[in-house]
Amino acid sequence: MSNEAVLHAPAGAGLHHEAHGDHHHEHHHETFISKYVFSMDHKMIAKQFLITGMVWAVLGGLMSVLFRLQLGYPEASFPWLEDILGKWAEGGKITPDAYYALVTTHGTVLVFFVLTAGLSGTFANFLIPLQIGARDMASPFMNMLSYWFFFAASIVMLSSMFVEFGPFSGGWTAYPPLSALASASPGSGTGMDLWLIAMALFVVSSLLGGLNYIATILNMRTKGMSMTRLPLTIWALFFTAVLGVLSFPVLFSGFILLIFDRNFGTSFYLSDIFINGVGALPNEGGSAILYQHLFWFLGHPEVYIILLPAMGMASEILSVNSRKPIFGYMAMVGSLFAIAILAFLVWAHHMFVTGLNPFLGSVFVLLTLLIAVPSAIKVFNWLTTLWRGNIRFTPGMMFSIGFVSLFISGGLTGIWLGNSALDIHLHDTYFVIAHFHIVMGVASMFGMFAGIYHWFPKMYGRYMNNTLSYLHFWITLAGAYMIFWPMHYQGLAGMPRRYYDYSVWESFKQFAELNRFISTVAMIVFAAQLLFLFNFFYSVFKGRKVTTQNPYGSNTLEWTAPINPGHGNWVGEIPEVHRWAYDYGKDGQEFISQTTPVGADESSH
Amino acid sequence: MTALLITAVSLLIFVVIFQISKASEYVAILKGEEHSRKQNNKINGFLMVVFLVLGLIGVWYCNEVLYDKTLLPQGSASVEGERVDSMLWLTLAVTGFVFIGTQIVLFWFAYKYQESENRKVVFFAHSNKLEAIWTVIPAIALTVLVVIGLRNWFLFTGEPPKEAMVVEITGKQFGWIYRYPGKDGAFGKKYYKNIDNASNSLGLIWDDQLAHDDLVMEQTMYLVKGRPVKLIIGSRDVIHDVGLPHFRMKMDAVPGIPTTMWFTPKYTTKEMKEKTGNPDFQFEISCDQMCGNGHYSMKGIIEVVDQAEFDAKMAGQSPYYYTAFPDKDPANAQKDTVKLVAKPVELASKVTAKL
Repeated sequence: MSNEAVLHAPAGAGLHHEAHGDHHHEHHHETFISKYVFSMDHKMIAKQFLITGMVWAVLGGLMSVLFRLQLGYPEASFPWLEDILGKWAEGGKITPDAYYALVTTHGTVLVFFVLTAGLSGTFANFLIPLQIGARDMASPFMNMLSYWFFFAASIVMLSSMFVEFGPFSGGWTAYPPLSALASASPGSGTGMDLWLIAMALFVVSSLLGGLNYIATILNMRTKGMSMTRLPLTIWALFFTAVLGVLSFPVLFSGFILLIFDRNFGTSFYLSDIFINGVGALPNEGGSAILYQHLFWFLGHPEVYIILLPAMGMASEILSVNSRKPIFGYMAMVGSLFAIAILAFLVWAHHMFVTGLNPFLGSVFVLLTLLIAVPSAIKVFNWLTTLWRGNIRFTPGMMFSIGFVSLFISGGLTGIWLGNSALDIHLHDTYFVIAHFHIVMGVASMFGMFAGIYHWFPKMYGRYMNNTLSYLHFWITLAGAYMIFWPMHYQGLAGMPRRYYDYSVWESFKQFAELNRFISTVAMIVFAAQLLFLFNFFYSVFKGRKVTTQNPYGSNTLEWTAPINPGHGNWVGEIPEVHRWAYDYGKDGQEFISQTTPVGADESSH
Repeated sequence: MTALLITAVSLLIFVVIFQISKASEYVAILKGEEHSRKQNNKINGFLMVVFLVLGLIGVWYCNEVLYDKTLLPQGSASVEGERVDSMLWLTLAVTGFVFIGTQIVLFWFAYKYQESENRKVVFFAHSNKLEAIWTVIPAIALTVLVVIGLRNWFLFTGEPPKEAMVVEITGKQFGWIYRYPGKDGAFGKKYYKNIDNASNSLGLIWDDQLAHDDLVMEQTMYLVKGRPVKLIIGSRDVIHDVGLPHFRMKMDAVPGIPTTMWFTPKYTTKEMKEKTGNPDFQFEISCDQMCGNGHYSMKGIIEVVDQAEFDAKMAGQSPYYYTAFPDKDPANAQKDTVKLVAKPVELASKVTAKL
């Protein structure tokens, strides 16, 4: 590569030269397979993650519509259900077996396949090289493997839905002994075997991806891009990857022990069990609680694996569209760091009512509520970022504002649940469902939508339709609140999660009408997501073309790349960075790109 | 047919929405994209405030409609649960204040600082003072909540008062089994390999004399108003959970690892029926931990009665030992069991009277 030629030639000539020099060989060998299937281009892999994630989001969302149908209309029968589900909906009514299979698969798929792979898989792949100024990931090959392991996991998970006794049906947390014993639940047979294989493949995918993200961020930043000049998206994705790399192996070890208990007669999790129709099992001395510790050691960081990328993207998008620097950059990084550390120290707050040692429980209360401090810092910093800005309501911006609103609403109920004495009452009720769906599910989904809308022009060189986007936003935001807000009240009535039918319960049957309302709204919101999907795929092919390199007037490096960047991202030299990513509105200038050298008379902040 | 119709109508709505959206895009291009972008910005900025107002009204309305359906208006049915409720109100006050404040600020800022040609953005990158304020204030508020919470937590998980009665509750797919220690006040040992659904549902070891007077029941657990009760919780198969929403208590039932929980019932079931105005009211035990496909039907009943009624109920129960060995049951051996059982009691009371 002849740097001098680029530096000394006029810009246009440099582009020309590079296009034919450096990347010449790559363009020649690109076939359909190498470009769209086994691609090693991080941008293509990101799109693969995104679209696979979308497929799962539709399936997972559809599952929730189906089981909400049962909850909302427990008396009704829908003949068309039998047409599509067969024996799982005999007489047009979803069976309890099918209901629990749907609930379980909905949870697994949304948490892991959509909000982990679909969210951080997409945006870590897409944004890390583009925003740090690298041509690709540290290991494009590992990156490709990461996607294909995820794909394999998807296939196995999908296939588990077609086995005789159905997919696993013991809840996404898969607590043994229920998940260990096929005799305790039909879904714990072949369905669970496939579930475990799919999850094992998923862990491999996640580790391959995570290691790559960390290596790339640490080693491949362009000249001048010190860690403290990174956009907050990259910081968030960095901590996300660290969390995943440190905690997924622990989950994997938990799964290995479970596989041993299921297939090889060990008693890691099993003890003192008598199953109706089978009799007493020989296993003694195991601890069912051990699994919960191993599971939640991932399970809690997993919540932040899902949430941090959304936080990072919201921070970036809020700043860009407020035309103002993000408030308290270092505090934002510091609070991400604090959250990442605390994420490892709070897992047992999911286990307050397992008979956990009360002293141990009290330590976890303290550490859990400590997370509220960095979270509060983030919220107030976001609000201050908006203050006296000049806000442009792009769809990405609106979803970021929605994200902040949902993060506040769902985060505050965490203070209720993290306090063990209060958790005793609210644990495993609809209050918990409301809490984690708002703060982790919908909020992260909003982060994902924000990211998709914001970076769509960079991904496909086209714009999405704004009217459809706005409609999608308002229906989803209002719908999400209408679905999950009233669930707090059900939780305050002690209504347990994961019930197929509440009508025989004197304590919970007063919510029949509310359940119907929630189910109806859920269906409308699901339909609005189809609107989004249509908008997405239509715009990929037919959207308005992007004509300027930097449509948002944004500082970060991805907007210095060509409108449709090829493999390698920048034609010519990789840009050099001279400043942080948030010089918006400084010295009367609307924005100053990271590649602009610091002027002599520029004020310092 | 209806399904088909609904699909057709939804499709039609989709097409209409799509056409309108496309048309608006063309109009935007005709009018000038910058112009229509600014127009959209105004509309969405206005909608932010509309959403805030409607949202707050929605929160109020939701509370109007649903508050009476929660457990809060009837209060806790256990003495300890009152602490849960008071903690809940305090937490609600703190988080509710923050919720309303921050949501108003968020949507109001979004509206107020929407793009305008006259505004000059303030380059405000950080302020140590502000950041210190919103680190310290939440930290203090949370410390208060933690201290209150932990005091309650140690009370709930600590030892029950000495006069507490003890009842064992065991979960199985999909129901509950209760065991009372009987007259000797002590439970006999048990071993899960002795379990036999017909005659020994808990696997009691009959060599242990203490097991002979243990009472085993299903359906309904009887507790005494005003008397603390300690539950010893276990499971026969998978993990279950003893959920007692009215008493504000909950504890997992884990196979192989007994757990405990204690509380003091405040009202009898009869009093609760009057208090709630619901003649069908019952203290229900709901299984709160996913335990299989019949999870939703795993119901138990607690009936809280006064001491006299409780004693009568217990006296009417025959020890489980006699279910396992009917031939040893004096009721089967002789017809005048009642007298035999009654005599020692009478004797005992006479002795105490003399003393």
